[in-house]
Amino acid sequence: MKPILEVKEISKRFRIYHESRPYLTFREQIQKTFISSGKKTSEDFWALRNISFTVSQGESLGIIGRNGAGKSTLLKILSRITPPTTGGIVSRGRIASLLEVGTGFHPELTGQENIFLNGSILGMKQAEIKKKFDAILDFSGVEKFIDTPLKHYSSGMQLRLAFAVAAFLEPEILIIDEVLAVGDAEFQKKCIRKMEGVARSGHTILFVSHQMGLVKQLCNRCILLDKGIIAANDSSEKVTSMYLNLGQQEAVNRYEADAGSSTGKKYFFTDVQSVNPAGEAISTFGFNQPICLKMNMQFNQDPGDILLSVGLLDKFGNRVFTVHRPLKEFLNHPGRVSGTLKIPANLIAPNYYTFHFALVTRDGTVFDQHESKCLIQVADTGTVFSEYEGKDYGSIILDCEWI
Amino acid sequence: MEYEIKPAGRLTLNLPELWDFRELIYFFTWRDIKIKYKQTFLGGMWALLQPFLLMVVFTLFFSRGLKISTGNLPYPVFVFPGLLLWNIFSNGVTNSGNSMVNNANIIKKIYFPRLIIPVSSILSTLIDFFIGFLLFIVLLIYYRVPVDPGRLLYAFPASLIIILITTLGVGTLLASLNVKYRDFRYVIPFMVQILLFLTPVIYPVTVVPEGLIRDLFQLNPLAGAISLLRSCFGYDYEVGFHLMGGTALSIILLVAGLVYFRKTEYYFADLA
Repeated sequence: MKPILEVKEISKRFRIYHESRPYLTFREQIQKTFISSGKKTSEDFWALRNISFTVSQGESLGIIGRNGAGKSTLLKILSRITPPTTGGIVSRGRIASLLEVGTGFHPELTGQENIFLNGSILGMKQAEIKKKFDAILDFSGVEKFIDTPLKHYSSGMQLRLAFAVAAFLEPEILIIDEVLAVGDAEFQKKCIRKMEGVARSGHTILFVSHQMGLVKQLCNRCILLDKGIIAANDSSEKVTSMYLNLGQQEAVNRYEADAGSSTGKKYFFTDVQSVNPAGEAISTFGFNQPICLKMNMQFNQDPGDILLSVGLLDKFGNRVFTVHRPLKEFLNHPGRVSGTLKIPANLIAPNYYTFHFALVTRDGTVFDQHESKCLIQVADTGTVFSEYEGKDYGSIILDCEWI
Repeated sequence: MEYEIKPAGRLTLNLPELWDFRELIYFFTWRDIKIKYKQTFLGGMWALLQPFLLMVVFTLFFSRGLKISTGNLPYPVFVFPGLLLWNIFSNGVTNSGNSMVNNANIIKKIYFPRLIIPVSSILSTLIDFFIGFLLFIVLLIYYRVPVDPGRLLYAFPASLIIILITTLGVGTLLASLNVKYRDFRYVIPFMVQILLFLTPVIYPVTVVPEGLIRDLFQLNPLAGAISLLRSCFGYDYEVGFHLMGGTALSIILLVAGLVYFRKTEYYFADLA
């Protein structure tokens, strides 16, 4: 069977005007026609370069990439909002995208009127909307206000109504873009269930998200876009972990002692850095990856009974846990100690964390201590809480037993 | 269903696609009508009041004040059909000229033939015309003006079609220009105002000096359509060269507008 979507070497060029305005005034256009100033007022920017991939019927494809990688441009081309500069796409089904939720909603029209208008804009036939009307209403949960102008709705209600219409589109190819980040948790769950239903019923899904956990849950294959080209096209497992390692070099957050902070101290940290088990400096860890913190210390005296204490802090600065170990127990080079702490994989909940590290004695004497250093991110790679990504459900995910 | 997404290229009107989206034309038109008089106390009454008040004002100025002769037609009966048709043009051009910019949020998010937007914003002005026409019938009865029903049968649709073609031509041209050059937001009301004076709406074309200038005035497709409609009520107008020329001109405008619109519509989403 032919693939439902064939993307063949598409590229998209944008002209960037240096007045930071995409449109010209008539005067400027006339000026440009008659006076050719040597100064270049625009330059080309290729948002996408030679993108090719195919999607087969019933497949769920994830599209990931950092901001500015070209995801939105690709989606705009797929949904025919803007044409590619070169290349072409063959689509064998209706494409609809959930980045369009609520498109064309008018504040003066009632909920019911907006369902019809919005449904029609999204490409549904009037008869189709009529048939699904009750289901849409039921899904949205705003029955009571259906004859009220939309401007009196809360933003949550507007969103629910919008999503409800879109959820009943049933296109052959559905594009979903980060819309799930909005709305309350209950509604989000409802949407995810609906989407899983859509995926199971043989529809093709293109899912664009920053939430790696959800991507892995919903898609078996993934495309990684980086600076307008396809950096990877493989199983979600591989591609999401590639994404997490992509561009790490510049993002690494390390602590390094400078001359001022170490002078006069008998025991001090020279540098501290988050690393992966292979010892490479990274700052974004997958949930299923162990988190390591490599510390180098220096001292002028015998380590004695000094303890190395390390704590993990959540983004509010609260202590998640603390561990300590006598310096003596580390492998020593004279005057130098190097130690790596390894936090087991599948424990620290996806979120942002920093470290607190100190050299102390048991009676409370502090020789060197640093708070909130080495920012790391734990990214969701398919935890049981994937759909709550971004919500606060604690700092650890424990695999407890129910008895 | 299979289709291709290609770089902007060949110029086609793609009427079958437009037909596929006919329901959307209906919904956009319906929306524009629906929201037009929302949260107004008088609602649809404005469709009657606006031309009526204008008629009263013009009657006072031109008929009573300046003593302009409109032949055997009472001035109110003379000016009213002109105003009704003129309003289709002026509201249609204003609405459609701004329609692409006003609907930018939709254009940037979803695909449908872009032509639907200016088309439906023009169609929505028709409702005002028909409501106003009811008032005109009352006026005809009040002034006991004889009507030529045979002529009305073809002149009524013909004048409407000429007006709509002209409005669509100018409207689509301005709509696409407005996306690129926002100057047209300010040009449009100015242009409409000037045209009101250059079109024999509130005065008969006989006040224009005879000769080349009057010929030019009469070649205005709007003038042709308005005179054609008036002729059903006893206004002296001959269907001939001027009407043909005006109609040809309106078709040229339509083709120019559509071609330019189609040529630029691919980039609306990038520019809007």
